[in-house]
Amino acid sequence: MEMKPDLTLDLKGLLCPMPVVKINQAIKNVPIGGIIEAYATDPGVMADIPAWCRSTGNELVTIEKQDKVIRFVVRRLK
Amino acid sequence: MALEQVAEVTATHSEREVQNRLSMVVFSGDMDRLMAAFIIATGAAASGMDVTMFFTFWGLQAIKKQTPTGRSLFGRMLGVFLKDINGVGPSRMNFGGLGRWMFKKMMRAHNVTSLPELRQLAAELGVRMLACQMSMEVMEIRREDLIDEVQDVVGVATFLEEASRSKITLFI
Repeated sequence: MEMKPDLTLDLKGLLCPMPVVKINQAIKNVPIGGIIEAYATDPGVMADIPAWCRSTGNELVTIEKQDKVIRFVVRRLK
Repeated sequence: MALEQVAEVTATHSEREVQNRLSMVVFSGDMDRLMAAFIIATGAAASGMDVTMFFTFWGLQAIKKQTPTGRSLFGRMLGVFLKDINGVGPSRMNFGGLGRWMFKKMMRAHNVTSLPELRQLAAELGVRMLACQMSMEVMEIRREDLIDEVQDVVGVATFLEEASRSKITLFI
């Protein structure tokens, strides 16, 4: 069972580099250990959000595509 | 060399070790290449990197105000053709400005962040924008002709120092 997110982001309609820029801004607003849930439509997100998590040292809890909407959950680790 | 001196030199060298930085020369003044430059810069800054963009020659158009430049006859002639970030066209298929118009329209239709917005975003994300002193002299562009977001006007040694401790260096 997933934890309740501290913040939910709507990134639908945004293209590169905005999803990464927005998640980077948003993660500063949750405490360490906190969780962000986001919805996006840019297919590039499937590769870019995992890459962003590896670069910044945050945890990708889940990323899944349902129809055209991609839902992902990130936990702030630092 | 005395031991303390050796230690000192070693310390200086280790400070120069590669850090989580990206240094970029922006030479091109083409809309498409500038899009690539600013997308990489903002993406890197959003991924926690320290980013420096060094604008030279045609790239200066990306950080120029819309004011006429030049003092001499040739300088003023050049100034007539220099654009600002809103006026630059794509490297191919510009067709005297038609291509620029078409690309702008298509990018808006696909909800892509515009070039001026990307530059603003870069500044907000702390991307360091530097201008090349030498090309400014040649092209007769003054500091006042550049946008306020430009942090400094520098030379090749400054860029090389930055680049030597960067994980990623690019020439666009």
